[in-house]
Amino acid sequence: MFKLIPRENVSPVLSLLGPLFSVGLTMIVGGILFYFLGVDPFAAIKMIFWDPLMSETFSTYSIPQIFIKGAPLILIALGLSVGFKANVWNIGAEGQYIMGAIFGASFALSLYPLESIVIFPAMILIGVIGGCLWSMIPAFLKVKFQVNEILVSLMLVYVAEQILALASLGFLRNPDGAGFPGSRNLNQYTSASNAEIIAGTGIHLGVLLSLLMVIFFYVLLFRHSLGFKIKLLGNSPKASGFSGDNPNKLIFLCLILSGSLAGLAGIMEVAGPAGQINIDFNVGYGFTAIIVAFLGRLNPIGIFFAGIVMALTYVGGELTQFMLNLPAAAIQVFQGMLLFFLLSFDLFVHYKIKLKGNK
Amino acid sequence: MRQFMKYFSASFLFISMVITSSIAIAADYKVGFIYIGPPGDHGWNYQHDVGRKAVDEAFGDKVETVFQENVPESADAERVMTQMALSGADMIFATSFGYMDPVINVAKKFPKVKFEHATGYKTADNVSTYSARFYEGRSVVGHIAGKMTKSNTIGYVASFPIPEVVRGINSAYLAAKKANPNVEFKVIWIFTWYDPAKEADAAKTLISQGADVILQHVDSSAIMTVAEEAGVYAFGQASDMSAFGPNAHLTAIINGWAPYYVEKVKQGMAGTWKGGEQTFDGIGAGMVIIGDLNDKIPASVKKEAMAIRDGIAAGTLHSFTGPINKQDGSPWLKAGETADVGTLLGMNFYVEGIEGDIPK
Repeated sequence: MFKLIPRENVSPVLSLLGPLFSVGLTMIVGGILFYFLGVDPFAAIKMIFWDPLMSETFSTYSIPQIFIKGAPLILIALGLSVGFKANVWNIGAEGQYIMGAIFGASFALSLYPLESIVIFPAMILIGVIGGCLWSMIPAFLKVKFQVNEILVSLMLVYVAEQILALASLGFLRNPDGAGFPGSRNLNQYTSASNAEIIAGTGIHLGVLLSLLMVIFFYVLLFRHSLGFKIKLLGNSPKASGFSGDNPNKLIFLCLILSGSLAGLAGIMEVAGPAGQINIDFNVGYGFTAIIVAFLGRLNPIGIFFAGIVMALTYVGGELTQFMLNLPAAAIQVFQGMLLFFLLSFDLFVHYKIKLKGNK
Repeated sequence: MRQFMKYFSASFLFISMVITSSIAIAADYKVGFIYIGPPGDHGWNYQHDVGRKAVDEAFGDKVETVFQENVPESADAERVMTQMALSGADMIFATSFGYMDPVINVAKKFPKVKFEHATGYKTADNVSTYSARFYEGRSVVGHIAGKMTKSNTIGYVASFPIPEVVRGINSAYLAAKKANPNVEFKVIWIFTWYDPAKEADAAKTLISQGADVILQHVDSSAIMTVAEEAGVYAFGQASDMSAFGPNAHLTAIINGWAPYYVEKVKQGMAGTWKGGEQTFDGIGAGMVIIGDLNDKIPASVKKEAMAIRDGIAAGTLHSFTGPINKQDGSPWLKAGETADVGTLLGMNFYVEGIEGDIPK
C-alpha cells in the first residue's frame, strides 16, 4: 500500500524540532489517556512538568531531585550515544550498571569498618571497571565471533540481576540485618559514602560528574578526531576501513565507554541515593537511558536536557500518582510515548510516504 | 513545515492552558500509604489497601488518604515519602520491610509527620513499627493441615529465611504434629515474596514428593491454582484466595490491618499518637483473621480449629507452649512455659522434628 522513500534533503530544523514535537504530542495524547482514566488532564500535565519546578510546596526539594534522578540517566545515555553513532548497539547498560554497583560495593564492604580516604576513589574506580568488564563480553564476542552485541548485552542484564540477588542474599548480606536480604548501608560507612556535596539538597558527586561528562563528551565528539572516526564507522564501515581505522578497536572503544559510564552511574547510585545493594537495586535506568540518548539526538547537550526532562516525568509522575490517583502504569505509558513519537517523527523527517503505484 | 507549525502552535496553546489551570485539595488530615506492589495483587498489598479504604470509610471527609503503588525499596522510596510529606501528609504508612532506612531518613527531616513502618525494627520519636503475629494463624491452619493430610506429608513454600518465616514454619509444624503425630514437613525456600512462576514450580515439586496439603509464606495465588489442578489442599496467604481454588482452599490467614490503621489515624488526629512503639498483634486484636472454613473440612476438625483460634484470641492458648526442644534436641521451653517475644522476633532455629536446615 504505502512505500517509504528517503528524502534527499533532510531539514535540519525539523530534525532538531523532533524532541520538542514529541514532548508536545506526548502531553496531548497522554492528557487524553489521563482524561479517560478519570483524572483532570490539565492538572496532571501541570503536575508532571510544572509543579516540580515551580510549585512553592515542592520545588525546593524537587529541583535537586530532578538532577539526582537525571544523573544516572545522563551518564549512561552519554556512553550509549557514542556506540549508537557507530552502529554499536549496547542494550545491556542495565546489567553494566548493576555490575558497577556490585563491584564497587563489594570492594568497600570487604574493607568495612576500616576508614581511609583512599577507599572512596578506589571504590569508584573498581565500580567503573566492573561495568566495563561486563560490556567487554559482548565486545569480545562481536569482534572475535561476529556475535550480535544486542542479544549478548541484553541477555547479560538477566545474568547481572541474578548475581545481584545472589549478592543481596549471600556474599554481601548485612550480618547485622536480622537475616533480611540486602547489604550494609554504605551511607553509614563514612569512607565509602557518596555523601551530598551541597548540604540539604542530596546533590552528590555523581550529579557533578554527569555535568562534567556532558562537556567531556561534547569535546570528544565534536572537537576530537575520534568523534569523526566513530561517525564514519556508523555511516560507512567500509570508508572507515579505507581511512586506516581499525573497526574492531572502535567497537571495543564504544563498548568500553558505555560500560564504564554505566558502571560509574551504578557505583554512584549504590553509594549515594540507594545506599545499599538489594534485590530491587536496579530500577531500569539502563533501559530508560536508551530513550534519553535518542531524545537527546545522540548529542551530549541534547542528552543533558533529555535526561532532565525524563527525570522530570519521574518526579512529577510520582506527584500525580498520590495527588491525583493516577496509576503507576499510566506514567510508564506516558514515558514510552516520548520515544514512540520521536521515532515516528524521525520517520517522516527522513522519508516521504508514497502510495504504491504512484510515480 | 507549515503543517508542523500548526501542530506546534496547538501544543503550545495546550501547554499554556495547562499552566494556567490549577487544582485545590483540602482535608483536615492527610494520610499517605506506600506499597511495594500493585494493590491488585490479591495478597500483601491488597490487604494494606483494604486498611486504607477502612480509614476512608471511618473518617469520611475529615481524612484524605493517598497512596502510591510499585514503590521500589530504594532511593525512590525516600523521594516518594518526602514528596508526600511536603504535600502535607500528616501520617505515612510504609508497608514493606525494605522501606526501613528511607523511613528513618525522611522522619528525621519531617519531625512533625508521623511514620508507621510495617515489619521493621528501627523506630524514632516519630516512627513506630507494627507487625502481626501471623504465627498464631499458622497454629490454626497447621492443625487443619495435620487432620486433612492422607499422605502425612505437608509441603511448605517459604520465602526468605528470616525470623518471621521460620516462626511460621515452627508454629504450623507444632500444631500439625499435635493433630497428627505421623506428619512430616517438606520445606522449599524460593527467596522471593512474589514470583508466581517460582511459587507454582515449588508447589508442583512438593506435590510430586507426596505432599497433599500445601502451606505458603509467599504472596501470590499461584500455589492455590496449582493445588486446585492437582486435587490437593492449600491455604490462602494474606487474603482470601478461594476464588483461585474453590476446592483446594481450606481457609486463609488474612492480614487485618484495618482496625490498626483506623486506630492510629484516630490517635494522630487526637494528638495521642506516640512514636517509638512496636506493635505486635495477633488474632485477639483482629490483626490476624482466620477466613471462612471450606465445607470439605469435617465438622469435628472445624470445631477444634475454632477452639484453637478462640483460645489464642482469649490468651488461654499460646502457639509456642513447652515442652519444646530445638531441632538439635537441646531443650528450649520447659513444660507449660511459653515463648517470650524476644526469642520469637529473632527466631533462627527449627523446633525438634523438622528435617532439613534453614539456609544461611
